[in-house]
Amino acid sequence: MAEIIRHPKALSVNPLKSSAPAGAALAFLGIRRAMPIFHGSQGCTAFAKVFFVRHFREPVPLQTTAMDQVATVMNADGNVVQALATVCGKSKPALVGLATTALAETQGTDIKRLVHEFRAKHPEFDHIPVAAVNTPDFSGCLETGYASAVKGIIEATVPVTAGTGLVGKRKKQVNLLLGAHLTPGDVEAIKEWVELFGLRPVAVPDLSDSLDGHLIPEDFTPVTLGGTPVSELATLGEAVATVVVGRSLKAAADLLLERTGVPDYRFDGLLGLDASDRFTATLADLSGVAVPEKLERHRAQLQDAMVDTHFMTGLRRVALAADPDLLLQLSELFVSMGSEIVAAVSPIKAASLGSIGTAQVHVGDLEDLENLARSAHAELVVSNSHAAATAARLGVPLLRAGMPQYDLVGGFCKTWVGYRGTRQALFDLANLVLQHHDSIAPHHSRYKQPIAPAPQAVAAGGH
Amino acid sequence: MKAADIAELLNEPACTHNKKEKSGCSRPTPGASAGGCAFDGAQIALLPIADVAHVVHGPIACSGNSWDNRGTASSGPTLYKIGMTTDLSEQDVIMGRGEKRLFHAIKQAVDTHSPAAVFVYNTCVPALIGDDIDAVCKAASERWNIAVVPIDCAGFYGTKNLGNRIAGEAMVKHVIGTREPEPVPPELVPPGIRIHNINLIGEYNIAGELWYLTPLFDELGIRILCTLSGDARFHEVQTMHRAEVSMLVCAKAMINVARKMEERYGIPWFEGSFYGITDTSAALRDIARLINDPDLIARTEALIAREEARVRAELDVWRPRLEGKRVLLFTGGVKSWSVVSALQDLGMNVVASGTKKSTEEDKARILELMGDNTIMLNSEGARDLLNAVYELKADILIAGGRNLYTALKARLPFLDINQEREFGYAGYEGMKELVRQLALTLESPVWEAVRKPAPWSQKAMVIAGPEMGDSPDGGDAVETHDHDHAAPAGAAA
Repeated sequence: MAEIIRHPKALSVNPLKSSAPAGAALAFLGIRRAMPIFHGSQGCTAFAKVFFVRHFREPVPLQTTAMDQVATVMNADGNVVQALATVCGKSKPALVGLATTALAETQGTDIKRLVHEFRAKHPEFDHIPVAAVNTPDFSGCLETGYASAVKGIIEATVPVTAGTGLVGKRKKQVNLLLGAHLTPGDVEAIKEWVELFGLRPVAVPDLSDSLDGHLIPEDFTPVTLGGTPVSELATLGEAVATVVVGRSLKAAADLLLERTGVPDYRFDGLLGLDASDRFTATLADLSGVAVPEKLERHRAQLQDAMVDTHFMTGLRRVALAADPDLLLQLSELFVSMGSEIVAAVSPIKAASLGSIGTAQVHVGDLEDLENLARSAHAELVVSNSHAAATAARLGVPLLRAGMPQYDLVGGFCKTWVGYRGTRQALFDLANLVLQHHDSIAPHHSRYKQPIAPAPQAVAAGGH
Repeated sequence: MKAADIAELLNEPACTHNKKEKSGCSRPTPGASAGGCAFDGAQIALLPIADVAHVVHGPIACSGNSWDNRGTASSGPTLYKIGMTTDLSEQDVIMGRGEKRLFHAIKQAVDTHSPAAVFVYNTCVPALIGDDIDAVCKAASERWNIAVVPIDCAGFYGTKNLGNRIAGEAMVKHVIGTREPEPVPPELVPPGIRIHNINLIGEYNIAGELWYLTPLFDELGIRILCTLSGDARFHEVQTMHRAEVSMLVCAKAMINVARKMEERYGIPWFEGSFYGITDTSAALRDIARLINDPDLIARTEALIAREEARVRAELDVWRPRLEGKRVLLFTGGVKSWSVVSALQDLGMNVVASGTKKSTEEDKARILELMGDNTIMLNSEGARDLLNAVYELKADILIAGGRNLYTALKARLPFLDINQEREFGYAGYEGMKELVRQLALTLESPVWEAVRKPAPWSQKAMVIAGPEMGDSPDGGDAVETHDHDHAAPAGAAA
């Protein structure tokens, strides 16, 4: 059980944290034809939008209630109703995600009541579900906001069917409740994994369908171009099982279980051999299908990569900084490869931090990471692109993980999970270590003979 | 090279076991052989000379498949890292254009890189078709006014070991003694101290491990005239004849160089190793003893006492993690015994040592260190090696890179000890890296992870158990000790 240490300080330097509303937007972006709206000032939305555009290298739909000075001081309720009506009328979304911000929460907004007000005023949009969530920036981080939004999506779209005998009506359907630590590449890999057993995955949200980066025939779409179809969300109660990946989704998973009665299987992450084995075994049980040869081969390939790369990962002193679920998932990989986690920093406190395989987990920023890593002589930093400068100052390589990754093309869709994803992650990791191999510094002996200017060498080579 | 010349190289009077069958003349078994050739040995022996253009005369395989794969390091020039070969074509061979091509190749190397010298390595094809590389080198040397040294080391001449000697022979014949050492600048001589000159022969500065030792020599006022050949320069090799003592670091490689320098220039020599605390100290002591300067002897003892205390204290942390672990050491030559001492310093238990590439001298040292219960493995097949690991219940295999993936496929902890490695283990400092690498692989959780069956698997995995049956790639696996000069036959465990 890791001890969780806070770093109370006035100034957060080189922040590790991204805001909760951004996380909520990310979850909404994984629903097909969705439109997220931030209830806040325009800047709240603009920053989050740029954040995602740079990370995903994709256009990102994101709207705002555009609170101005008058609305902020007097009342912004009208902004919310108006924004909902405008978005529903103009963009014709399949779902609207409404996330509050610190500004709106400080003002004292009651977002649920405002949705009721909107319904009363605009019955013509009754067919468009609105998932409204409280995500003040001053509480939690990206992961928290994401989890709140997943819960909000379930609340807004999944009917209460528990006890009505619908469970398992769709014999092949497996619901996937997927956390913020999974990339679009991860989601795609998980879906394919499930399909290998003849099962039909419904990912909630499905970033692999919306933010995987693919060209579409249309030149423009005002809403998300892919993701979980809203119609599918209504069927979650008919699945045989739900697989939950990420501890941050506990509340969302509890709600889904309560509403549908579909039994669930919960995983922290799917990175590494053990987690992949457990997931594979679960799928074999659920489907009654033997583990396909292909997976057995991928498993054996991972094992081979593990022994090949253990020379580079073993006793490697690693500094990690990420949101709690990602931190936990990464830490399990490093521990399983014999690395030593000498610094672990999370932007927020979370129960999952206690499970991280190191003595202490720090709640702090990248400055804390830098100090911890320096004093513990870390040899590798694992974090998002913001840590590039940190790693440079430390003189160690950076393995990019988490968000944002604006200086690594394709980082957003890298597959980490599963046998093949883990294998590639190990290769990347090992290569990074090899490229930064610390060789013995040359010693120039004071007595080493200098080369005389005029070579007598002619004499040599006599035959 | 004439058969008589080869025979002369194989006849090494400095070896106490010279009367026995020469390892170099035992013919390899077709279909059941591993290991390098004479060219390989010669190239390994000389390539670390950093400011020389090393030109391999032959078709592409010899250089093309071998260049740039050794971990030897230079503190200055990097010319030795540049792969150079005449890359003979079919037409060159048929039309007899090899010599001409070599001549122009030497010119190109000289023009492009202004090397301190050019070494020309002969290989099988030009040796077979009769290219006269001695004549080409001589002509090129006169034409471009630079040392061009022929190293006649065609692969079919014999083993890697023979190649080492051919290389040494070439140095003795063409290079050593062709220049006088630079005087030591007076400002570098500490008051009251006499600077002494030594040679290290057969030290290759793998991963820069020589640099763990050179600061100690500086401190003692010992000038390394030349290391043959780690981090060496051509002009240093030229001055080797002025050393007061030569230390032979890898017995197999170039014992002929040490012996001939003793015969010609009266330089005493001894065999030693820089692996392990005990052997490093012994080597430093031997150097001081042979130089026979009482002041140096006293200062050497003080340095040894200081370094040993320092390193032993640092190793104490690791000792409990490694103590009692069973090691199967499978490597050739000097390392078959020198590493034993290093491992014993750590309290590890060396259960067997490979001797396929060891000389009789090496085997005698193994016996000395490990006692009569020594098991010597005289096979180099992967199957035999694994069987030995299982039978002897070894926790770890220490071997060369060639066997690395054999071990890993069999899910065995492994330490790479040969030239391709990236870590230096020599001297007192090197021990710290050695323990780290040993602990890293021994304690890695990946072994358990890859040994346990998948949760859904019904069948237990067939691993970590001896697989009996025919061994396609090796001979007699475990050679119990029956040796002409030590314990009685059959004393092995």
